[in-house]
Amino acid sequence: MEISLDLLVNAIVAGLLLGGFYAAVTLGVTISFGMLDIVNIAHPAFIMLGSFITYAINSAFHLDPILIGVTMMPAFLVLGMAVYQIYYYAFERRGQESIQGLAFFFGLLFVGEVALILVFGVDYRFVEAAYIGPSLHFGFVELPLRMLVPFVVALAMVGLLQLFLGRSFIGRAILAVAQDRLALQLMAANPSRVKRIAFGISIATAALAGALLIIIQPVEPSIGRDYIGRIFAICVLGGMTSIPGMVAGAMLIGIAESITSTFYGPSWSPAVAFGFLLLALAVRPAGILGR
Amino acid sequence: MMIAAGRQPLLTVGGLTKHFGGFVALEDIDLQVMPGERLGLIGPNGSGKSTFVNCLCGTLRHDGGTISFDGYRLDRVSAHQRTRRGLARSFQLPKPFRSLSLLDNLRIPLLYAVNARPGARLSAAAIEERSLQILGDVGLADKARQLPRDLTQVEMRKLELARALASAPRLLFADEAMAGLSPSEVEEILGLLFRLNDDGITIVLIEHIMRAVMSFSTRLVVLVAGRKIADGAPDEAIRNPEVERAYLGE
Amino acid sequence: MSAGRFWAVSFVVAAALLVLTRWQIQNEYFFFAGYVVLQYIVLATAWNILGGYTGYINFGTAAFFAVGAYTAVVLHKLTPVPVPVMIVAGGIVSGIIGLGMGYLTLRLKGVFFAIATLAMAIVAQTLIVNWDFVGGARGIYVIRPQHGPLVGGYIQYLYSLMLLLTWFSVAIARTIERSRLGLGLNAIRDDEQTAEAAGVPTLRLKLIATTVSGALMGMSGAPLPYYVTYLDPSSSFNLSYAVNSVAMPMIGGMTSWVGPIIGAVLLGTIQQVATVTISSALNLLIVGLLLIGFVIVAPNGIVGLVKPRHRARGGR
Repeated sequence: MEISLDLLVNAIVAGLLLGGFYAAVTLGVTISFGMLDIVNIAHPAFIMLGSFITYAINSAFHLDPILIGVTMMPAFLVLGMAVYQIYYYAFERRGQESIQGLAFFFGLLFVGEVALILVFGVDYRFVEAAYIGPSLHFGFVELPLRMLVPFVVALAMVGLLQLFLGRSFIGRAILAVAQDRLALQLMAANPSRVKRIAFGISIATAALAGALLIIIQPVEPSIGRDYIGRIFAICVLGGMTSIPGMVAGAMLIGIAESITSTFYGPSWSPAVAFGFLLLALAVRPAGILGR
Repeated sequence: MMIAAGRQPLLTVGGLTKHFGGFVALEDIDLQVMPGERLGLIGPNGSGKSTFVNCLCGTLRHDGGTISFDGYRLDRVSAHQRTRRGLARSFQLPKPFRSLSLLDNLRIPLLYAVNARPGARLSAAAIEERSLQILGDVGLADKARQLPRDLTQVEMRKLELARALASAPRLLFADEAMAGLSPSEVEEILGLLFRLNDDGITIVLIEHIMRAVMSFSTRLVVLVAGRKIADGAPDEAIRNPEVERAYLGE
Repeated sequence: MSAGRFWAVSFVVAAALLVLTRWQIQNEYFFFAGYVVLQYIVLATAWNILGGYTGYINFGTAAFFAVGAYTAVVLHKLTPVPVPVMIVAGGIVSGIIGLGMGYLTLRLKGVFFAIATLAMAIVAQTLIVNWDFVGGARGIYVIRPQHGPLVGGYIQYLYSLMLLLTWFSVAIARTIERSRLGLGLNAIRDDEQTAEAAGVPTLRLKLIATTVSGALMGMSGAPLPYYVTYLDPSSSFNLSYAVNSVAMPMIGGMTSWVGPIIGAVLLGTIQQVATVTISSALNLLIVGLLLIGFVIVAPNGIVGLVKPRHRARGGR
């Protein structure tokens, strides 16, 4: 099979743009799972919720999807804090996080998907915006705006959050919780309050990620499942707690998927991220074992 | 219990090394444990005592060096195999099997360690009897059919030791079995360990409570920052200037 | 009751149930619905061996179940064999996959293992989607014979096979539960590191659990092509199998062989009724909500509500 250069370069570029978006998608899980040790495998459900609300508002009021996404974030912050509260009272307090917590979020993932099916049906939904359609061209390299714009917004969100974690008081408290729970307790800061805010933030990122998703492609409720593997693959590849590492992992997966899809067809791409995940889990050093 | 001269060491450790990423937890440790000894292992917090025990028992893979027990090389042998060979340890933080009764907690090592050895296998009745007997030895017989949930601190420690005992070990690592106990409780556990040693079990006591270690040990080994800095009679080892410095600071 | 006696008694119960239902019930729909409920009992029981007994949550039920179904499809296309042979074949293939999956993933703890199982399900699905011999994404049609080999319709025949398979898996689950193996798995669930230090060969036991669990799931999937007559990846790998096989033991109770049966009968029946009366999407919502509700309120399931936690165990 002859690999044409244009095709390859375009695949890589598309993969990079996709990777930026994947970083936005995974950001929340890096916080909830990487830093807080909360197994939120229902994160894709929140992203899908964000996508569908964006669709609903966009088709009713014709507002810009990114604007909708940003506006949703405070509401999702509150939603995330509420979910954490339930999780805390039901599981963390009783010390039963592992099996029951996992089942809780699994149930949530599923309920989320089915609820969306009941409300919106199984058809593909899409949004309309000025930048969906046109592309920029640099020689033979094509940059579809519908991917470029989410790429920029995604990286902006990731960058802002990284700054927030490093500079603000709450942000640093979150990092402290991630590293040493005992120390935080001794400092008389209540870790569960910090965790609640952090979890809320992680869900807020899902709101914007959902808006970006529906800009990039039409969505239907079951798409969320494909993202479980991607999110955790990227999180693991990126080293769990490191945001820059996560971005690198996201780019890697994005490029791998894009190349696979271009040269082998799109029916293979769901397996790429999961394949990477299995490889990463099998090969990764003792940091993962016994977690 | 006197150590017969000319006997082969039960446990031989040569050049044991362990690191976590860039951090060197254990560096080039040599040790011999003779049968019947009561060995005390002390060192400041973070000196690597528990890491050492973990490497010897197989909970952690060591990076360099050799471990031999009873003539067999243990380097690539899994933890459960080491227990079957006669190495047992109690954990610093007791982690009993919470959904099983005390009796069943002891059944596990009896079924999986003792019965896995070549030779006569214990019947179900014999296992129950032996389980009750060990519980009796540590003073927990009346709680045999209860869950570990309601045990007191010292009872949890006793259960932890009982579980290690149930695997009929030749060498027992008692890892901080007395931390957080009252003086009379410390005496209880110490008395138990003396009795076990009288019955022929070689014991390595890893402990912070100096009084207990000094009264118990026939030999003392001191670990500081991952290295062995003293190994000998307790009175001498404790007066080693390096040991003093390690405990009192520069 | 000793293991041998249980196998005999439960066989008599199953046989009696079989004879009674096939003789007395004329409504064909009963056998359609009954097949599904029995299939779920097998799935829930199989899941629980790894999940409830050993403490390893498997989200990839679909991988084993659908692989069993597709094994039957392959056999169906290559050489015509009786369904019982397909069931055994499905069990063998899925058992091997269980062994392989266990080997790759059992060094992982908790959620990593669960996600890895999900990953394997997606990988398996992707492989099937791209395999034209079994129909790929388009799916494949399988012709269901009119009559069973002995007497009565074909659905009654499949129902009978599934009933026997149910008996078989329940008996295996209980045998494991009461044996030395079960005690070892229990220890692994409570504290794997301590179990290993106590002499339990944790890796080997976990591999046994994944293999047996996978094999039983594969066996329950093997008759599926004949039941549905049209098999495609998106329905056979459907996440609802994963949710149900997690929800049923959790709601019924994970610590004993009775729990999965209670959960499967309860949830399975609710879903069969709801699918007919309401809509199939809504009934999945009910399952999800029940799972969340039970996990929060009654973590030990229905069995846990009825019996106190402490149980004196027998063991050899």
